[in-house]
Amino acid sequence: MATKASRSAARIMMAPAVVLLLGWMLVPLTMTLWFSFTKYLPLRGDSIERGLDWVGFDNYARFLSSSSFWPSVQTTLIMVGGVLIITVVLGILLAMLLDQPIWGQGVVRILVIAPFFVMPTVSALVWKNMLMDPVNGIFAHIWRFFGAAPVSWLSDASLSSVIMIVSWQWLPFATLILLTAIQSLDSEQLEAAEMDGAPALKRFWFIVLPHLSRAITIVILIQTIFLLSIFAEIFVTTGGAFGTRTLTYLIFQRVIDSQNIGLGSAGGVYAIILANIVAIFLMRIVGKNLDT
Amino acid sequence: MARAVTTNRKIITSAAAWTIALIIFFPIFWTILTSFKTEAQAINDPPLFFNFDWTLENYAIVQERSDYMKFLWNSVIVAGGSTLLGILIAIPAAWSMAFVPSKRTKDILLWMLSTKMLPAVGVLYPISLIFVEFNLLDTRGGLIVVLMLINLPIIVWMLYTYFREIPGEILEAARMDGATLKEEILYVLTPMAVPGIASTVLLNFILAWNEAFWTLNLTAANAAPLTAFIASYSSPEGLFFAKLSAASTMAIAPILILGWFSQKQLVRGLTFGAVK
Amino acid sequence: MSLRTTLCAATAMTLVATSGVFAESHSKTITIATVNNGDMIRMQGYTDTFTEQTGIAVEWVTLEENVLRQRVTTDITTKGGAFDIMTIGMYETPIWGANEWLVPLDDLSAEYDVDDILPAMAGGLSHDGTLYAAPFYGESSMVMYRTDLMEAAGLEMPDAPTWEFIREAAAAMTDRDNDINGICLRGKAGWGEGGAFITAMSNSFGARWFDMDWNAQFDTEAWANTLNFYKGMMDESGPSGYATNGFNENLSLFNQGKCGMWIDATVAASFVTGDDSTVADSVSFALAPDNGLGKRSNWLWAWALAIPAGTQQEAEAKQFIEWATSKDYIELVAANEGWANVPPGARTSLYENPDYQAVPFAQMTLDSILSADPTDSTVEPSPYVGIQFAAIPEFAGIATEVSQEFSAAYAGQQSIEEALEKAQAITNEAMEAAGYR
Repeated sequence: MATKASRSAARIMMAPAVVLLLGWMLVPLTMTLWFSFTKYLPLRGDSIERGLDWVGFDNYARFLSSSSFWPSVQTTLIMVGGVLIITVVLGILLAMLLDQPIWGQGVVRILVIAPFFVMPTVSALVWKNMLMDPVNGIFAHIWRFFGAAPVSWLSDASLSSVIMIVSWQWLPFATLILLTAIQSLDSEQLEAAEMDGAPALKRFWFIVLPHLSRAITIVILIQTIFLLSIFAEIFVTTGGAFGTRTLTYLIFQRVIDSQNIGLGSAGGVYAIILANIVAIFLMRIVGKNLDT
Repeated sequence: MARAVTTNRKIITSAAAWTIALIIFFPIFWTILTSFKTEAQAINDPPLFFNFDWTLENYAIVQERSDYMKFLWNSVIVAGGSTLLGILIAIPAAWSMAFVPSKRTKDILLWMLSTKMLPAVGVLYPISLIFVEFNLLDTRGGLIVVLMLINLPIIVWMLYTYFREIPGEILEAARMDGATLKEEILYVLTPMAVPGIASTVLLNFILAWNEAFWTLNLTAANAAPLTAFIASYSSPEGLFFAKLSAASTMAIAPILILGWFSQKQLVRGLTFGAVK
Repeated sequence: MSLRTTLCAATAMTLVATSGVFAESHSKTITIATVNNGDMIRMQGYTDTFTEQTGIAVEWVTLEENVLRQRVTTDITTKGGAFDIMTIGMYETPIWGANEWLVPLDDLSAEYDVDDILPAMAGGLSHDGTLYAAPFYGESSMVMYRTDLMEAAGLEMPDAPTWEFIREAAAAMTDRDNDINGICLRGKAGWGEGGAFITAMSNSFGARWFDMDWNAQFDTEAWANTLNFYKGMMDESGPSGYATNGFNENLSLFNQGKCGMWIDATVAASFVTGDDSTVADSVSFALAPDNGLGKRSNWLWAWALAIPAGTQQEAEAKQFIEWATSKDYIELVAANEGWANVPPGARTSLYENPDYQAVPFAQMTLDSILSADPTDSTVEPSPYVGIQFAAIPEFAGIATEVSQEFSAAYAGQQSIEEALEKAQAITNEAMEAAGYR
């Protein structure tokens, strides 16, 4: 159906979005690349007007050899992976539960999706202070009620705590998408399988899960994009201490705390590379799954 | 459902679903509840559930300290403006991807998504310098553009998946009847895609509303939205649980209410093409 | 809500929204970035008085300390010009002043009486003898303790205690069953939080950050002693989770009656004796402890108001600073909220005022401030200025990471030796990157 005319029209109509995003990507990226090859310490008086000294790959070498680099990559992967596993597994279970006939379905659904509307700063503050505070937090009260010593969540189980907070925020999103997918499942097929005497686990494994694979891929893709750049949750709760320093946070420390823009920019370039590795990996799967 | 559901089963699933839902909702419930306590009651041991003197004093204190309406207004403008602008730019792009696909369509789509993976903090300096250069610092206009660009990939993708579900024959029929491209998009495609567009608008409004890095770093007094409002309550001196709860409730209430009222659209719309 | 109404509402909202997008603010309004501490919040309450007197409107941007630092530092280094006045501290002022990013405050009116500012404060807020920021309030640190618990333990707090005494007293006051911790101290990561405390404490143990050639000194015995003593005492008598406690967390604990002693900023004295405190009637004060090595463990800090160079509203900004840090402002607060609530530690005249001398913590605050000398803070000579920090641009970044290693050691995730080794590596790495070594 695509005529020549509609092809060129299509190109024109796509242009604003493509050009804008290209600019949004290229302009800061070019500046970041430039900074990453220079000595740029604003607090020492370096500025663009005065000219920045070219230092070659010094910043890259320094960032890579820093003792904090590999642990931060590891932390990033654990955090993203942890949140993905929790949200997908719990999301599937929750979606299957919500798909059942229950009383007050509308209200239950509202309660379950509520965390998605809470801004990250607020949810981090609420979890840190009202729930996880080792003295006055609600968890501490519960632990004491059962005669256990309260846990200092954000220092003793810091990474798991952050993963828990982030999972809480993203579970509704995963549940919603998976729920939509489950609802489109052909119930007759399931019933037929049930009649044939297939046990529940088998039905889940061979009918439900394959049906959900596309939805799961999409949940993973979208969440990974957001999770790689998680910031507020760490900034508010631990400030990067106790092994919660992700790559994003390490760059933040180089740029803001140390005011070493060159070094931070080199870190930014590494983060882009990491993101792209993850992206290529993801898009292989998604690309396959998105094919029609 | 054809299958007969026993009441027993419904009781069990209902109980399970309600228990889980209440656990998930608890942090929000607790925040709202605490916002009506005094500071001393907020840290009472054992925790107080309903047996306390309800007070509005925290809201009064918060309102006195910072002009809530100003922050709220900025949030509405910035989140709304960026969403509207994003939709206007994304509709044509999504249309052409969905109806005039080429070999590269999928690559372009995935590339667009990959621009979201740039770590914001890595480009804080470049963006700040650009904002200073063009006098955009602390303007709602500048913020709208940035948030629009951040969410544009998601908008394009969502719209693309909705548009693809619309049968191309209908458009062709319209074309046969002599509809121009503009008319085709305005009068045929858009009305059919209204549910999809509605949930795209909702999701992006929420994402823009909750964005807390750029909204904090590119604003001062004039354009600061609710994310900046909450940043002044995160750890004041002394007891602060109740005041923090009140400020948090004020920051999330508008979007929570909007989300609840429109949850049907959101639930129906949030597929990202997950369902075929 | 139906689909159509949702959509209409959303569209209407966005339309209204875009109409007000490029609204500009008018002149004669100054924008002030400030920290959300109690004294600053109180100052915001009096803004109307200032506007009435001068016709200048004030817009406040109140942020939590970490967010504020991030925001104002980015603004000043990119010459953003979003603020007419910034609230900064003793660490930033000399560095920014040296870069000529701040307007020198060398032409303040005679009425303002700039010589009345405490010399220690003026010194810390100057570069090359020029004042770049006016102190809104100043602080040192001191011991705040519960007289009732001290008595029950059968001990008496000297005016100038030693660390050994503090440790003993803390153990004696601790009563885990009643949730009373003998001592509460900062352990939270961050150079301005636990980092500031442990650095000030290390001074009294004979440690220093750098030797005269800018070599990190974390491999010295003095640092190991400091950390071992701190962790030993806190594990014995500190609250659970002390590795994440900062100023606010400890204040909250102390006010709830859960701490026997608390060594922290002198400004906290007005909070622990104020309305929010459940132990207000049984608090007393002593100098920060020492180890007999000639240096005490108290720090010196001021929150001060500075004007970024290049602002369009320099005259108005100066007017505000003169008002907010004036003797009149102090009297205004005293008249409305009592002398105990005025911003302390900035002016000599305040401590000469008999009304203020009657405030229980006034004398101890002044003594603490006077005993702190940023130019000579360590037992062995050091090349830097500052007590709980070293006034070099790299310090904030280094000290934040170092304090994160320390906090991990407090929480038992690594040993003190490991933490010190990492601290040594981090510091030398960063100093090399900055070209010191």
